[in-house]
Amino acid sequence: MATNQRAVENLRSLRMAAWLGWQIESNWTDPFLFAIYSVIKPIAGALILVFMYMVVAKGGLSNPLFPMIFVGNAFYIYVAMVLMGVSFAVVDDRERYGMLKYMYTAPLNIYFYLLGRGGAKTLIATVSVLITLAFGALLFNLPIDIASIDWLLLVTGLVLGLLSLAFLGIFLGGVALITARHGQFTGEAVAGALYMLCGAVFPIDVLPGLLQAISYILPLTYWIETMRRALLGSGSSQILSQLSNLELVGVLGAFSVGVVILSVLFFRWAEHRAKEKGLIDMQTNY
Amino acid sequence: MSTNLAVSTQNLGRVYRAKKREAGSGKEIVALHGVDLEIHQGELFGLLGPNGAGKTTLIKILTTLLAPTSGEARVAGTDVAKNPWEVRRHINMVSGGESSGYGLLTVEENLWLFSQFYGLDWKTARERIREMLKIVGMEDRAKTKIYHLSTGMRQKMNFARGFITDPEIIFLDEPTLGLDVQTSRVLRDFVKNWVRVRKNKTLLLTTHYMQEADELCDRVAIIDRGKILACDTPSNLKRSLNQSSVFHLKVDSLPQPDSQFQGLKGIQSFAHHQHNGLLELSFIVETENALMPILASIERSKGNLISLEKRQPTLEDVFINLVGRGLSEEP
Ligand SMILES: Nc1ncnc2c1ncn2[C@@H]1O[C@H](COP(=O)(O)OP(=O)(O)OP(=O)(O)O)[C@@H](O)[C@H]1O
Ligand SMILES: [Mg+2]
Repeated sequence: MATNQRAVENLRSLRMAAWLGWQIESNWTDPFLFAIYSVIKPIAGALILVFMYMVVAKGGLSNPLFPMIFVGNAFYIYVAMVLMGVSFAVVDDRERYGMLKYMYTAPLNIYFYLLGRGGAKTLIATVSVLITLAFGALLFNLPIDIASIDWLLLVTGLVLGLLSLAFLGIFLGGVALITARHGQFTGEAVAGALYMLCGAVFPIDVLPGLLQAISYILPLTYWIETMRRALLGSGSSQILSQLSNLELVGVLGAFSVGVVILSVLFFRWAEHRAKEKGLIDMQTNY
Repeated sequence: MSTNLAVSTQNLGRVYRAKKREAGSGKEIVALHGVDLEIHQGELFGLLGPNGAGKTTLIKILTTLLAPTSGEARVAGTDVAKNPWEVRRHINMVSGGESSGYGLLTVEENLWLFSQFYGLDWKTARERIREMLKIVGMEDRAKTKIYHLSTGMRQKMNFARGFITDPEIIFLDEPTLGLDVQTSRVLRDFVKNWVRVRKNKTLLLTTHYMQEADELCDRVAIIDRGKILACDTPSNLKRSLNQSSVFHLKVDSLPQPDSQFQGLKGIQSFAHHQHNGLLELSFIVETENALMPILASIERSKGNLISLEKRQPTLEDVFINLVGRGLSEEP
């Protein structure tokens, strides 16, 4: 009975937070502009990448690394969006809307609430990723063949990757909860920092020793590689090619579980600290 | 532990530590000190105290937003620190004087969102939203996005948000702060009625308007500098002053109102504050004989007496008698 009530409350938190997140994301302008914006933004992003590659890389778009980089970047759209979507809800609710305290006095599950709030941005990111990939396949001859996509690998990898990202977002939400003022930058900053390290722009093989070691402990490294294998049939990294698909997903899964546990523990600690220091309804309007 | 206590605290304390880099770094601010409180189910209970008394701090602890630094508090029979989740199922909270809400959502959507977090079915939610909007006089604003609303309107919406979930215990932190007289009256009537009509609903409100406390509350706790100084029904509190007389004087000015009346016989308590360019003096005296020396003293220091009034003791006078200054004076 008690656990049942809890489950109902959790589901409610997730559902209503997702609704709220969607309203906030989609309501800032009229639906037509919103749709245009959602399409133009990823295309612009892809074009910038293509031009950069044409200028910088040997052989331009026919360089064998180009499809790898393009796919890596396409999926990287998720990173900033999911991290921001989940963690920024803490900052936004507290600082901008003054509602975090009312959320905290309501019978809702804060983890489900934050995950729900990130839902809208995840959905928008999914559309962006699809547009980017379709754009690449049609205009730049990316070797993506619908018939040879490894769907099982794609879906499993995507779910595990998004799970890691969402809970990394929870971790950052915990940071925001206790560092009242600087919380808004953490999502973007972390996404920026990880960009170089997780093999999205170049294979981790070329990273110097220490940075390469860091890339090994990032779930994102395994996730992006999994996405490449699922779509293109092979990955970008010599080192990671020693792992079979199953092993790669296994490592990704293990890291995802680790991230979930670590993030929940950290958030609980942050929440406790915020209650001790009176930060839950903190307003830093200066 | 009696089961019909809605709220109880034992030796509840809260200390804030000033942050590094802020003025008074490392200094401790005692916001609550040894608070023992028992609020019964069905009571409309008021917490009356001046700015900085610790009212908001107490509300935050009871609504699970802030951890106490000592003692314990129970709400709806549950320890707020040990099981906040359970407490949250029984309560709601409104704080006045602020303009929170999701700007991009309409009034109706903001309220609906919260009704859903508390698990109301759609039909009930819609009925309650309509009913509450009618009460706060915002029926015609249901479809307005709230970034178009004035601060006062947002506050009224917020007030409605507290009640649509029909909580067992509701906490109102200065609910009428900054609202116009007419609206304040409507909200006070509603609050009073809400507790009367629904048996077993408990309402705790904080205020620094002594009239609000007097008019609404079954019992009032007077709080100052983190301590509860007295706790009783408004009439009992005032009765404690019945042996004394309360005089209210207006004077154009006095050179040193603080020390002027020291040493005069028969003055039980005294407070003063500046209001509309005049100096207002409140005296609580043991017998009316004490009045003549006071008037003589004013005359000697060339103050012009504008008005003199003898009146029934108010809760403000009770406060003055307990603390030695008025509710609106800086400590
Ligand atoms: N976050 C905080 N950090 C440090 N000191 C605080 C904090 N919040 C409140 N205080 C201090 O605690 C004391 C009690 O504050 P509180 O807000 O509870 O008073 P209040 O009775 O609600 O006053 P008001 O009528 O002005 O709302 C004050 O001295 C205040 O300065
Ligand atoms: Mg206050």
